[in-house]
Amino acid sequence: MAVNNAKLRELYHSMLRIRCCEESFIEPILSKEVRCPVHLCTGQEAVAAGICGALEKKDYIFGNHRSHGHYLAKGGGMKEMVAEVYGKETGCSRGRGGSMHLIDPQVGMLGSAPIVGGTISLALGAAMASSIRKDKRVTVSFFGDGATGEGVLCESLNFAALKNLPIIFACENNFYSTHLPISEIRVSNRIFEIGKPFGEQSFRVDGNDVLQVFDRAKKAVDLCRRGKGPVFLEFVTYRMHGHVGPDDNIQGCHTDIRPKKEIERWRKKDPIVKLERLLLRKKAMSRDALAEIRSMVEQEVREAHEFARTSPFPKKEDLHRYVFKD
Amino acid sequence: MSSKTRKLAYSLAINEALHQTMTADSSVFLIGQGVKSPWYVGNTALGLLDKFGPSRVIDTPVSENAMTGAAVGASIAGMRAVVVHPRIDFMLYAFDPIINEAANWYYMNGGRASVPVVIWGIINRKGEQAAQHSQALQVMFAHVPGLKVVVPSTPYDAKGLMVASIRDNNPVLFVDDRCLYGIEGDVPEELYEVPIGKGIIRRNGSDVTIVATSYLVHEALRSADKLQQEGISAEVIDLRSLKPLDETLLCDSVARTGRLVIADGGWKTYGVAAELSALVHEKVFSSMKAPAARVTLPDVPAPASSALEQAYYIGEQDITRSVKRVMSS
Repeated sequence: MAVNNAKLRELYHSMLRIRCCEESFIEPILSKEVRCPVHLCTGQEAVAAGICGALEKKDYIFGNHRSHGHYLAKGGGMKEMVAEVYGKETGCSRGRGGSMHLIDPQVGMLGSAPIVGGTISLALGAAMASSIRKDKRVTVSFFGDGATGEGVLCESLNFAALKNLPIIFACENNFYSTHLPISEIRVSNRIFEIGKPFGEQSFRVDGNDVLQVFDRAKKAVDLCRRGKGPVFLEFVTYRMHGHVGPDDNIQGCHTDIRPKKEIERWRKKDPIVKLERLLLRKKAMSRDALAEIRSMVEQEVREAHEFARTSPFPKKEDLHRYVFKD
Repeated sequence: MSSKTRKLAYSLAINEALHQTMTADSSVFLIGQGVKSPWYVGNTALGLLDKFGPSRVIDTPVSENAMTGAAVGASIAGMRAVVVHPRIDFMLYAFDPIINEAANWYYMNGGRASVPVVIWGIINRKGEQAAQHSQALQVMFAHVPGLKVVVPSTPYDAKGLMVASIRDNNPVLFVDDRCLYGIEGDVPEELYEVPIGKGIIRRNGSDVTIVATSYLVHEALRSADKLQQEGISAEVIDLRSLKPLDETLLCDSVARTGRLVIADGGWKTYGVAAELSALVHEKVFSSMKAPAARVTLPDVPAPASSALEQAYYIGEQDITRSVKRVMSS
């Protein structure tokens, strides 16, 4: 599929914003200025950017514990996200949610939650709402390989196919379920195959190649939009950091999980570097233009942290607010 | 209130609430096992499929977790879903979408998105149905911040509370006893709400307050009639909502009578009766002439054999005995 240069630049911008924003949390986490659990998605940017790049603003997404990328790619405000991670009143969830509860209904980001598999059925319901209203929206459910161990995934796959719901099940297979490698949680690592017996159109995609992600996502969105959903997509990718925080879980350190060579192998498949090479090769962007966009993104990230740091914390007297809506 | 009121069965009162709210608001829909089948949900879903079609009256596979989650998700996305569990026992599969997701969603997202969903669980007592078909689990949900829980005892309240639950902007657990489905009562034809969080005095009295929930309200009223013949004047309060709790109604009554018997169809330990007892001791202890008494199920799973069921379930006689004990202490 031909992707024009403007779209390539847009995808690059989207990925770079996620990468720079993710890496910017490391220092405030280490200094304990950021205290909530932060699950960084460095290395997985192409999935969020490629899928959300194929969606319209009105479409819905639901995320999981590792959803900074999903939120940003769908159009959620960076300032509000960073402020949320700092636990500030100006955060997207007014400091009540933290990093694991990002939301921006105005751009179709309907929420994220760390109960593994917990938002899959919520996304199913959002797709059902669209189906009832015939509003032509598509919903994407983002979850990881760990969520394939949850029964609710099977229930949701079955029902979505039974009712031809406009939903894309987007599984980011990063080969680790918290601390356990995939070989210790599943007999087969070919996750996309679990969609087939339930009636899903199922595909495996290189999750570190944003063009392949975008291409497959666009086809899936078109199918759903035409009432021919659902679609199950497995994105093969890798998180460059460990499960939570900046610790990379390298074998030999105290978390002692991943072989260093494995991490190095995946570093060579960095999705952002891969796209930069393509942009230069296709002359879609010059080196100067790449530097310029990077400096613009870094400026945006600095401003987001400045906004978060200078924002007020929620007031103690507001502890009871938002339990019930009037 | 309309003058057009007629006798209607409890289950048909719920049915009418669904018909009228679904007609008035196209975002309302019903999902759950058996909504096509009278075998499961009595006649509460009568005529809905014909009138609103399969996109808004959705019978489902046996997938309580995903179906409840779907109702929650649809409600986050702007609908007002009613998800029915014909046996509340099976609803335990849906603890995650109800508690982790629906109850917390509005709070943990700083008020950015609410969840106007009704989660309807039906209790099926007796009939030798044993431990997994007879449980009264509503108090588990009343414990959780962010959930409302209603337990209607009359056809009038069943309709009015179902309407109020559907219109509420928060997740509401609508929990009813199947044994009430056949009882008839006055129900206005028009669409009306019974406010969530408001109890009602079913009978005035001066010696003792009996507060009851769901089917035990009827048992309490029978007990009060008998007690009257023995010269004991019992006030009967129907709580109607477990959460929010009508603290004022209950405490004012106990402040007047000085005695309290609590009748609830759940288990004793950490239950509704325990909560109400703690409440009155905190708020109106100085008016109390005797400690509050609890009439509840024993801390035992529901048995099958009818011989054991007779020992297990509670009713008018248990309430009467309890009142007499409280009066003499």
